[in-house]
Amino acid sequence: MSDQEYIPKSKFGKWFNDRLPLLTLASHLTDYPTPKNLNYWWTFGGILTFCLITQIVTGLVLAMHYIAHADMAFDSVEHIMRDVNYGWLIRYIHANGASMFFLAVYIHIFRSLFYGSYKSPREVIWIIGIIIYLLMMAAAFLGYVLPWGQMSFWGATVITNLFSAIPLVGEGIVTWLWGGYSVDNPTLTRFFTLHYLIPFLILGLVVLHIWALHVPGNNNPVGIDIKKPSKDTVPFHPYIVIKDGFALLMFMIVFAFFVFYTPNILGHADNYIEANPLVTPAHIVPEWYLLPFYAILRSVPDKLLGVVAMLSAILILAALPWLDTSKIRSAVFRPLYRQFYWILVADVLILGYVGAMPAEGLYLLVARVATAYYFLHFLVVLPILGYREKTLPVPLSITEPVLGGSPNLALAKNKEKLEVK
Amino acid sequence: MKSYLRILLIFILFFGFSVKSNSAEKIEYLKTDWSFKGLFGKFDRGALQRGYQVYTEVCSSCHSMKYLSYRNLAEKGGPEFSLAQAKAIAASFEVTDGPNDDGEMFTRPGKLSDKFVMPYDNVKAAQAANGGAYPPDMSVLVKARGGGVDYIYSLLQGYENPPEGMSLDDGVYYNKYMYGNKIKMANQLSDGLVAYGDGTTASVEQMSKDVTTFLMWAAEPHLESRHQMGFKAIVYLIILTILVYFSMKRIWSRIETKV
Repeated sequence: MSDQEYIPKSKFGKWFNDRLPLLTLASHLTDYPTPKNLNYWWTFGGILTFCLITQIVTGLVLAMHYIAHADMAFDSVEHIMRDVNYGWLIRYIHANGASMFFLAVYIHIFRSLFYGSYKSPREVIWIIGIIIYLLMMAAAFLGYVLPWGQMSFWGATVITNLFSAIPLVGEGIVTWLWGGYSVDNPTLTRFFTLHYLIPFLILGLVVLHIWALHVPGNNNPVGIDIKKPSKDTVPFHPYIVIKDGFALLMFMIVFAFFVFYTPNILGHADNYIEANPLVTPAHIVPEWYLLPFYAILRSVPDKLLGVVAMLSAILILAALPWLDTSKIRSAVFRPLYRQFYWILVADVLILGYVGAMPAEGLYLLVARVATAYYFLHFLVVLPILGYREKTLPVPLSITEPVLGGSPNLALAKNKEKLEVK
Repeated sequence: MKSYLRILLIFILFFGFSVKSNSAEKIEYLKTDWSFKGLFGKFDRGALQRGYQVYTEVCSSCHSMKYLSYRNLAEKGGPEFSLAQAKAIAASFEVTDGPNDDGEMFTRPGKLSDKFVMPYDNVKAAQAANGGAYPPDMSVLVKARGGGVDYIYSLLQGYENPPEGMSLDDGVYYNKYMYGNKIKMANQLSDGLVAYGDGTTASVEQMSKDVTTFLMWAAEPHLESRHQMGFKAIVYLIILTILVYFSMKRIWSRIETKV
């Protein structure tokens, strides 16, 4: 980090900072030069940090009252809802918080896809982000099992059974995961342990994610490299802090609406029925945020290949910086990519919709087409587009498009040509 | 500001989707005005007390309510019986306690701290007494059914003669709103079945509404304080958001860029 050397004013501050440069870090964070043209799609990083902290804090309180035992888990959740002071509030924040977390992370990921934030030199930020996303899904799945309702139990059964698709050792792995021959108490206690662990792994990765971000600095809507600090940047504090704060408050209003007025709308009614190994629910569906991947899983007739397809759908994102061959980052200057981007967004929404529907007839057909297109987008469209697409001229600096009528337009065009070559 | 509007649109779409996907499987249920819906929704005290009466006199002979205690009947936001009334209600039930110093179980009148007395000793006993079907516990029943209160309300009034050509086994009844239309619970409500103390006419419709309101409270005992707190929280957040918005405008006015 090429900040100017920071020297604390007080004597003690200097003494301490020589031994542990926390003050230098604080100064780096406040002064951190941020592109001044960041739009509101960029505020979701801060919102996600808020979501993580909220989940950890509410989760700690819930863990004080929850009992991880197959006979008592459901009762203890009802105890939280009824008898623990504001237990209903804490639990509804935690349950809806997971949904809000995923809503924010999907916006965050799709922002990155639109503005090419995953491209050089930000590949490591992107890959850490994908690992965080994977861990989030694991944490969400494990957490959904804990109330020990019908969906918890059968969701756990379906998902753990996926491992049985592995040849030779599959069955053994499933028994090992369950700690027995079916989902039961040993499964619940280990799921609770892991559910408690994963958020702290995520927290550590978030630190790395932000650290990796602070090396090259933020991407921006124009997607060009900028000089830092310069007239294209503003210090993080107070400009970005207040803007992120404003966006976070808007987000919290939506969040509060869910918590206070429709706290159960995103969950499944069956999860208020205590787990019963003898009764299978009519439809086993995961939470809404996992539906697109559930649709991909079910669209492949073969179990093993279905699991492979589902995992690849996520892991393919990690290879994205190399699959996208275009040198231009922002979709603003990529007229063709922009269209394919929105088709992908629609594709994922369609996958989410059919994931919630029974896997039969037209739904299955749509799921198969959408799954094929999903992979087509990453494996065929993106690599070819980078070579074929005629991109628009990219400005030389952020101030240029902001102020308009730049004298550098001709220069910018030249530069763009050079870049294309 | 433009992109902020777009984000808002996404939120609305997301919300719309979630509402729509939840209503996808819904059949047309009977509608009634629920006092507890809406931003300021509160329970109708009278309906809760009458609903408790219907539950005790009709439902409780088969359906347990294991998460409720008699003290809940006197708590704020519930039926709000007076403490004396709640004590009297509790005392009217025989509770098995023990073992005592001789190692014997004994029965005593119920106390406020006791859970609602269960109609059967265990699930097997309940099944044996009901032709193999377990009458579900009613504590969270409203939240455990896709249609929620509308479903329960409709189901109670949905008994009809089976359509021609449909043969029903012994102990199976036809209900318009039941999943698969076959239900093992016979029609329980008939006009004038209970004698309401407050003079309300005990029609089937009225009893269905009252007992469903009671079940809603049983599933969400803190619904009223949730609505009250929610309104305050959201008003607070909106005011804070407006203030922060103007601070942001002020701070960003130092530079040329619009925010």
